[in-house]
Amino acid sequence: MSEITEATVRAEVRAWLEANWDPNLSLLEWRNLLADSGWGMPMWPLGWHGRGLAVGFGPVVEEEFKRVRALGVAKSGVRMLVAATLLDHGSDDHKRKYLRRILTGEDTWCQLFSEPGSGSDLAGLVTRAEFVGNQWVVNGQKVWSTSAHKADWGVLLARTDWDEAKHAGLSYFVIDMSQAGVEARPLQQMNGYASFNEVFLTDATIPPDMMVGERGTGWAIATTTLMHERRNADSLRSWTTAVGGEERIYQEESAEIATVMAPYQWYPQRAGRVDMIMDRARETGRLEDPVVRQEIAKLLVMSKSAEWTARRAREAQQLGRPQGPEGSLGKLASSHVARAAAQVHTLLTETGAMLAGPDAPADGLIAEILLSVPATSIAGGTDEIQRNIISERVLKMPKEHRVDVGRPFNEVRKNTVG
Amino acid sequence: MAFSFSDEQEAFRGIVKRFMDERAASTEVRRLMASDLGYDANVWRQLSQELGVTGIQIPEEYGGQGFGFVELGIVLEEMGRALYCGPYFSTTVLAANAIMNAGSRGDKEQYLPAIAAGELFASLAFCEPSGRWDVESVTTTAAPADGAFKLSGQKRFVLDGMLAQQFVVAARAPGSHGKDGISLFMVAADARGLERRAVRALDPTRKLAELDLHDVVATPLGEIGAGAQALEDTLMQAAVALASESVGGAQAMLNAAVDYTLMRVQFGRLVGSFQAIKHQCAELLLDVELAKSAAYQAANAASDADADQRVVASIAKAASSDSFMGAAIRCIQLHGGIGFTWEQDTHLWFKRAKSSEVFLGTPTYHREIVVANWA
Repeated sequence: MSEITEATVRAEVRAWLEANWDPNLSLLEWRNLLADSGWGMPMWPLGWHGRGLAVGFGPVVEEEFKRVRALGVAKSGVRMLVAATLLDHGSDDHKRKYLRRILTGEDTWCQLFSEPGSGSDLAGLVTRAEFVGNQWVVNGQKVWSTSAHKADWGVLLARTDWDEAKHAGLSYFVIDMSQAGVEARPLQQMNGYASFNEVFLTDATIPPDMMVGERGTGWAIATTTLMHERRNADSLRSWTTAVGGEERIYQEESAEIATVMAPYQWYPQRAGRVDMIMDRARETGRLEDPVVRQEIAKLLVMSKSAEWTARRAREAQQLGRPQGPEGSLGKLASSHVARAAAQVHTLLTETGAMLAGPDAPADGLIAEILLSVPATSIAGGTDEIQRNIISERVLKMPKEHRVDVGRPFNEVRKNTVG
Repeated sequence: MAFSFSDEQEAFRGIVKRFMDERAASTEVRRLMASDLGYDANVWRQLSQELGVTGIQIPEEYGGQGFGFVELGIVLEEMGRALYCGPYFSTTVLAANAIMNAGSRGDKEQYLPAIAAGELFASLAFCEPSGRWDVESVTTTAAPADGAFKLSGQKRFVLDGMLAQQFVVAARAPGSHGKDGISLFMVAADARGLERRAVRALDPTRKLAELDLHDVVATPLGEIGAGAQALEDTLMQAAVALASESVGGAQAMLNAAVDYTLMRVQFGRLVGSFQAIKHQCAELLLDVELAKSAAYQAANAASDADADQRVVASIAKAASSDSFMGAAIRCIQLHGGIGFTWEQDTHLWFKRAKSSEVFLGTPTYHREIVVANWA
């Protein structure tokens, strides 16, 4: 067998695109071709819609797709996290049933992990799955599930064994979201948007073959999902834009993106919009105030330093160096930047910060920034949890003494809401 | 633009670090800070002859190593971590850079090889009783006299001023204003009309002197009247260098704080197991790493003479000063009572942090430069 090099990969993908790419196909037809050929997810294993290529060849394939403006598989929402988890832990039946429709975009997925009483302490969750007759019966409440009201399937973490220790009593399921026992209600946030859902599970049922992995291994499997979430945080949260074009496939893609990105339209604002600061300072006339100038500079110093730190981490990773402390700090840094930015926007906008809506300063963007920034230091792991992780993993400081490990979950004081 | 050090640069850092660990232990720091001149001649010789760092950024044609501000930054970061005591910042950073920025070929040939060889101590005499760090603040005058110049004025906060054999002195043409009429001059320490006095410094590891000049005959460094740009560049490069030194010091404070909390037991457990302590240390690490990124970026920008090097230098100075001072304050706090004693080493870095915070301009001063020059 001949050696796989950048040149052979490039030649192969180029030839395949030449033979198959046609912007007049439907999005579904095209994505089925991608799933058949493995060129949609070339790093996935052979036999499961991939080509088993090393990660390093990803950019080569991407470049060739870009060159002819060919579209990729569906990647929005949590679908890729689910797919990665199923590839690692799912049965062949799971992979056969779900992977293709994840890639084509036919199925939409949501994540049912967090609960009103279990955010930072996810493993303390109390949604109950009991085996009754020949199926699992689920009761409980989940929260922060993006797009759950539109999802076909969910990945669910539930407690199956109450006499086991906290982490050992959890199991991981795929659940059909279309059944009567599942009710998703939009959860309105303090900024007025409703990007997430609360999901109420009332005697919802799951056939036994929809458990992923073994009974009691749910925590380890959920950890896989969360690890992929952290790793992909940048790409998932960044604003996705359509390739754009007259042909049928581009029109279909634009419509798809408009739908799937709707919950995320306020995401740039929650990071604080540092990019707007200097223009705002000029247009408000506040740039002349030396106190304001100092606060602006403090923000710029911090945000540039954070940006350079992220680049240091990326470059070290590309060079294959062991990850230094700089790689664990991005999330905490972005919280500080966002909060400082909100404060500077307030300094610049002054009394105008009392207003909201389209007639408010910067067409309402300032209000949206001020009301979205508090999410940054909570979503995806609070600042407090980040500080635990940094002090324990990087600085090697001991874990805080815990009273919920090493005994049956039944005997542990349960998490409470509020 | 590189965001990581090369393997060679990492190896070089290892060599400097080992040297500092061996030769600049805190017992040495304590011995030298109590001395008048604050340096060890033997260690200086080794720095020059074994490590070749006294002329690290000086071009090879003038006897130096021909590296840039990135390598200079590596040296300073390790010196800052170990709190090295010696005339490195005054001679290799301030004076050599000023001579490289302003001097004619002849000036460079005259002074740079001696600095690189570790044979000449020199410093920059710029700051005056006003304590200002902008180029425009110069009031010392240089009056033409028989083909030479006579300098009169007062210079303050002169690093290693009692040790230096040569000073680069900033002065202006009588009656000139702003950046006009500014020139740099070389003045020998034993020149007639030059009085120097040691002053007691808050940071005893950073020796300071005052100079009074009364009609001191001086030779121009480079072109007369065109010194403002060279002086500005020198101060900017010094800010970049100080940023590197400061992040080294900040790292030392972070390490000391964490080490102590993992040693001290209270209430039946290590104090480092309390979240109240862990979270402070995590924030400290974040702060130090952000400042390091800024310092590295600034060294890179200065090396490449990037268009935005002035803004980046001031970002680095502000970030590193705040980070070092913050780390020193936190480190003392996390030590509790013993942190306030003379016996504990923490105060040595605390004093360097305070001195570095205001030396070459406060963070507030540099933040103003950032906003004023933001593209």
